[in-house]
Amino acid sequence: MTSPPGSAQEQPRLRLATVWLAGCSGCHMSFLDLDEFLFELAEVVEIVYSPVASDTKIYPEQVDVCLVEGAVANVANLELALAVRARTALVIAFGDCAVTANVPGLRNLCTAAGRDSARTVLERGYLELADATGQLPHAPGIVPELLPKVLPLHEVIPVDLYLPGCPPSAERIRAAIAPLLVGEMPRMEGTSMLRFG
Amino acid sequence: MGRTVVIDPVTRIEGHAKITLHLDDDGHLIDSRFHVVEYRGFESFCEGRPFTEMAGITARICGICPVSHLLAAAKTGDKLLAVQIPEAALKLRRLLNLAQITQSHALSFFHLSSPDFLLGWESDPARRNIFGLMAADPELARAGIRLRQFGQQIIELLGGRKIHAAWAVPGGVRSPMSEEARDWILARLPEAMVTIRLALDLHKRQLDGPLQQEQRLFGSFPSLFMGLVSPEGLWEHLDGQLRFCDSDGRIVADGLREDDYASFLGEAVEPWSYLKFPYYRPLGYPDGLYRVGPLARLNVCERIGTAWADRELQEFRQRSGRVAISSFAYHHARLVEIVACLEAMALLVEDPQLLGGRIRSRARLNRNEAVGVSEAPRGTLFHHYRVDDNGLLTRVNLIIATGQNNLAMNRTVHQIARAYIPDPLPAAVEIPEALLNRVEAGIRCFDPCLSCSTHAAGQMPLAISLVAADGRVLAERCRG
Repeated sequence: MTSPPGSAQEQPRLRLATVWLAGCSGCHMSFLDLDEFLFELAEVVEIVYSPVASDTKIYPEQVDVCLVEGAVANVANLELALAVRARTALVIAFGDCAVTANVPGLRNLCTAAGRDSARTVLERGYLELADATGQLPHAPGIVPELLPKVLPLHEVIPVDLYLPGCPPSAERIRAAIAPLLVGEMPRMEGTSMLRFG
Repeated sequence: MGRTVVIDPVTRIEGHAKITLHLDDDGHLIDSRFHVVEYRGFESFCEGRPFTEMAGITARICGICPVSHLLAAAKTGDKLLAVQIPEAALKLRRLLNLAQITQSHALSFFHLSSPDFLLGWESDPARRNIFGLMAADPELARAGIRLRQFGQQIIELLGGRKIHAAWAVPGGVRSPMSEEARDWILARLPEAMVTIRLALDLHKRQLDGPLQQEQRLFGSFPSLFMGLVSPEGLWEHLDGQLRFCDSDGRIVADGLREDDYASFLGEAVEPWSYLKFPYYRPLGYPDGLYRVGPLARLNVCERIGTAWADRELQEFRQRSGRVAISSFAYHHARLVEIVACLEAMALLVEDPQLLGGRIRSRARLNRNEAVGVSEAPRGTLFHHYRVDDNGLLTRVNLIIATGQNNLAMNRTVHQIARAYIPDPLPAAVEIPEALLNRVEAGIRCFDPCLSCSTHAAGQMPLAISLVAADGRVLAERCRG
């Protein structure tokens, strides 16, 4: 069957991006668990930026939808989150780390003797728990500094949609993005869509 | 002042990393570095929590290999309880690990790395990915996606979910395998075997053809290799003991126990990366460079122990010699390991013991310190816990597979950069994207898991022994 001119085939595909901040990549793995649905997705979206599915190094302009996995834990996470917000129509907090800071946020509990949690965990990891080299990683511009506290995404940028789960199952991801493909917002209701963990 | 070329971020790997290439005033490459740029501080925030939570928490170190942490945490827990786990639980855990190695290796080969060699190093970076492969060779891409799905589905059938299934527990596992699960696995195994045969044939043809240069230039150097082997010296992924071999195939150390890891592994820190630099302690830093993972496991074992996998191993060794020293051979090694996993699964699922009976040994805390080990897809993983009498963690130490390849990854990146980047590079000349992609691909050989490797930078308890010439231990000091 041939399509008439100007039909869906010639319409621009939805520009989809995925990014990961401080997380475990589990949400991205769950995205890949869409398995053969990825073939259907490829017909209607263009992946313009993704650590697992693109070699594009700079977050592009005019992105329609971005799935943001992970909490905001260092200055590079923060910069990328701001770039995502500035260049994306619809930003989704993708998974529990983006929604609540979750496991990376446990770091916030590690404060001792007036030091912030970043300093505390760095000293533990690189001074007390390594060979006695007596140095912390420090290379401005190369190794991003940790923020004093790990933050959920909505504390640094406005978020349009929350997609919880650790990770959200592939079924939940599919249920959330399918309406977006036809220009509608998904209904985030009930335990099948809204449960943490 | 020279100039620094930065590749940021390294893509199609798991986690956050950069590569920098350092050129002097005259444009000569003087150094290349692989930087890991994330850190979560796991070992700090786990302290004070019950050790039984570790399976659930440490699974969140990594979404690709949560099963590895689950198993290492459960094995460490077994030792804290001081129980022998039931035979059925042992086998079910093995099945879980085989499923995970299969899915993780399939991800590395099909989704992340194969676009480089199937679509081309120079191909459009916007298409050089799994979606590009789906468009260019839908049949192969679908087969690869379904192979990963096969592994993920087994994890779900056993543990109730694909990612972060908290199913292995101290003392055993939480539920037996259902008959439906067994039947599903048996029904899908043949397809998985067809797919891996297809991938192996394709990859071997490429190794004999267009990928010969990569085998010579992608991290080809002598080093030590470490991995678990069975008591008979066969390929092993969960139990057994540790072995080091060198590039000539000589066994450098054998029968090492995980409990003593601090006596043979050290960890150095460099200021330019969050990833520490483990080394083989007897050779010191950085000479004690060793590699772990699929390549190391094939190098340290005598044979695999199942028919098809052993034929593939023999062919692998015909190409590379008894010990493969090229990091590019990691890709081929992953495919051979998938064969080993599928054959081992086929034997395991027929075992009626997996369907019922005792699957968990129960006990209270009986020890205050233990070390557990497993072979993650990327190499050997150690969990080391110390707990108080209430089972609350007082010290956590995790040695992660990928970290142990840190020295080798840096060396690989430098070798590729030296081989491909014009020397000297005139100041006004940009390095073409395709060449930078080859440098990145050196990292992809190792399939690094950077969330894992830095989230859990471990503690190295330091043990020093003063030994007299006749071998008598005069004094011992331990830190940590």
